[in-house]
Amino acid sequence: MGYNPDKPMDGRISDLGPPHYEKFFPPVIKANKGKWLWHEITQPGVLLHKSETGDEVYTVRVGSPRLVSVEYIREVCDIADKHCDGFLRFTTRNNIEFMVDSKAKVQPLLDTLASYGNRYPVGGTGAGVTNIVHTQGWVHCHTPATDASGVVKAVMDELFDYFTSMTLPAQVRIALACCLNMCGAVHASDIAILGIHRKPPMIDHNRISGVCELPLAIASCPLGAVKPAKAEVNGKEIKTVKVTVERCMFCGNCYTMCPAMPLADPEGDGIAILVGGKVSNRISAPKFSKLVIPFLPNTTPRWPETVAAVKKILVAYAADARKYERLGEWAERIGWEKFFEKCDIPFTDKSIDDYRLAYDTWRTTTQFKFTSHIK
Amino acid sequence: MAKRETPLLDQLESGPWPSFVTDIKRQAETKPECWDILGILELSYKDRITHWKHGGIVGVFGYGGGIVGRYADVPEQFPGVEHFHTVRVAQPASKYYSTENLRGLMKLWEKYGSGMTNFHGSTGDIILLGTRTENLEPFFWDLTHDMNQDLGGSGSNLRTPANCLGMSRCEWSCYDTEECCHSLTMKYQDEIHRPAFPYKFKFKFSGCPNDCVASIARSDISVIGTWRDAIRIDQAAVKEYVAGNYPANGGAHSGRDWGKFDINKEVINLCPTNCMWMEGSELKIDDKECTRCMHCINVMPRALRPGVDKGASICVGAKAPILDGAQFATLVVPFIKVEKENEFEELTEFIEKVWDWWMEVGKNRERVGETMQRVGLPTFLSVMGIDAIPQHVKEPRSNPYIFWKEEEVEGGFERDINEFRAKHKA
Repeated sequence: MGYNPDKPMDGRISDLGPPHYEKFFPPVIKANKGKWLWHEITQPGVLLHKSETGDEVYTVRVGSPRLVSVEYIREVCDIADKHCDGFLRFTTRNNIEFMVDSKAKVQPLLDTLASYGNRYPVGGTGAGVTNIVHTQGWVHCHTPATDASGVVKAVMDELFDYFTSMTLPAQVRIALACCLNMCGAVHASDIAILGIHRKPPMIDHNRISGVCELPLAIASCPLGAVKPAKAEVNGKEIKTVKVTVERCMFCGNCYTMCPAMPLADPEGDGIAILVGGKVSNRISAPKFSKLVIPFLPNTTPRWPETVAAVKKILVAYAADARKYERLGEWAERIGWEKFFEKCDIPFTDKSIDDYRLAYDTWRTTTQFKFTSHIK
Repeated sequence: MAKRETPLLDQLESGPWPSFVTDIKRQAETKPECWDILGILELSYKDRITHWKHGGIVGVFGYGGGIVGRYADVPEQFPGVEHFHTVRVAQPASKYYSTENLRGLMKLWEKYGSGMTNFHGSTGDIILLGTRTENLEPFFWDLTHDMNQDLGGSGSNLRTPANCLGMSRCEWSCYDTEECCHSLTMKYQDEIHRPAFPYKFKFKFSGCPNDCVASIARSDISVIGTWRDAIRIDQAAVKEYVAGNYPANGGAHSGRDWGKFDINKEVINLCPTNCMWMEGSELKIDDKECTRCMHCINVMPRALRPGVDKGASICVGAKAPILDGAQFATLVVPFIKVEKENEFEELTEFIEKVWDWWMEVGKNRERVGETMQRVGLPTFLSVMGIDAIPQHVKEPRSNPYIFWKEEEVEGGFERDINEFRAKHKA
């Protein structure tokens, strides 16, 4: 028996919710929940947690591409069956964690992982670059201004050594969102890679009547750039909208509300880089990422401009920041003018806020540093 | 479906990071529609623009969320991805799995879907990527009947809640994040599956102020573990750190020679409230000055632990920038007990009070943080029945434009202009 399309409501089950987490706990986790005393990263990608019961759990963390196949998950299951009593977990940053209950079981697990070539890189712990959280991009989404998985692959290839080591002043969280909707919530990341549009929406007058609620399309614009208008379609006058281009900030919210206002474009779209955000309350309060590079082109398939920009920022930070200092804390300590100089990033007026609450970011003191920006 | 030539994507098969392209190609051996995933993506790499249409409302009967409709804009070229709907399956708290469970899900997805997934989506769900409309109900039947599992949220409803792994494998968690997340997820199944809100609503549960699930940046109600008594100190372990016998920060910096551990430089001088000092070989903390930033505990996990009187802070109103700009969640309740014994009653009462108000006054597509901004924090606090305290602000306002209420001003607002003029000629 299965789904019967003639009686769709017969036997229907709903609102089950997710399975209870406890039935997926490895035995050592189940036995020691709430009893953990301390932890230590014994080598990059390997964590030891010590319990007050004397038990230990060793966790081996591996990076994943997030976009993974059924075959890949089965392979991951094979590894967990072989070494971890058939249990595993995923982290919030798309890493996979294999757990074993003794030190002796770590090396055999690492050996198995290594036997798959580069498929299961071990790392992502401590003062390094962990996996990039990212969105869907061109593989599934209808509003992206760039791809996601491809950019992430290209960036992680370049930063691979930072994933498998712990040589940075602090952890560096990189995130990618393929448009301003920011499904990936990249706005509080050490380095944010953000897809942006730069051309205003086109209006598809032939379609707008059928697919859009005009008042919603008009209300969707935060700057009032979408206005009611009339147009002629097949000799008939129809109600439509127009866009005051000077007011458009290319957020794409109108397209979200009205499919007849597409704005994606091969030349217009690309990537902005924002840096210095964090979510942890450690030492300083959570910070938003700040826009330092307004535009880099979508150079497929490996986005060399974006990869180079991220690397350059990371290298400058690694060389100059103090131990424990997050990227944003470093930039604030040295001053943003120094940040641009040390990272060799040209400062442009695009980095000066002229949206809401912009004044909060303007400098209202005579305290500044004489950098190369002052001619 | 025929094999596709993908010269651009093929260039993403080299390099040390695992390649999604290689993985999709492997899957295509048994699921030939994966060639069309690669084909349409290759076309996007060539054209440098997406080839997915806007929208497409699909779902399963009785639910208003959990499935995201998607159609290719070049279906003749790539019939294998003509329909490419996404299914969001609610993930278990903390994202632990048995291989038995994952294999069951994969068997289902091999039968009904493209064979591609995301582990996991940004909100936390298991994302099953790409299926046809006619497969949705049969898939849902098997998911509920065979797997005893369910869809997550999408649209203007409660999104699938998420948590850090908490007490299951972390010594710092100040409440049981996974039990709290699971209980509330079960309690609010209706809100997850049937959109009744002005816009999306997210809960996220972090066990300590390190906030590993990024709740303060992206959840409408952010529950972050904290404590209100003294940091527990093991002075013997402090000595071991000072002597360099234990690695600082749990070994997180061991890849580089940062010199000998210096407790003054690395802990005491970095404390944001300067509330720590050494007396001889003993570390002292003036706990009433501590703001629980976690730095000292992070650096010396074997010597320092959060206190024992634990609970959580509740912050409200985080969101990404669309539209008026990004917002972090604002501290609203400094401390609350988060306990399974009373079914998280204090927390659920708080949540439902926020919902009742927001569902009434929130505008279409307005996140609760934006509603709070629109009406002002004082109004929000008064709706919630919470007295204003200095902890609600970074600093007091610097403008004098107070919205005095009539009842707050002696004699009220009603006055007679004639009486005024009798004493004050115009």
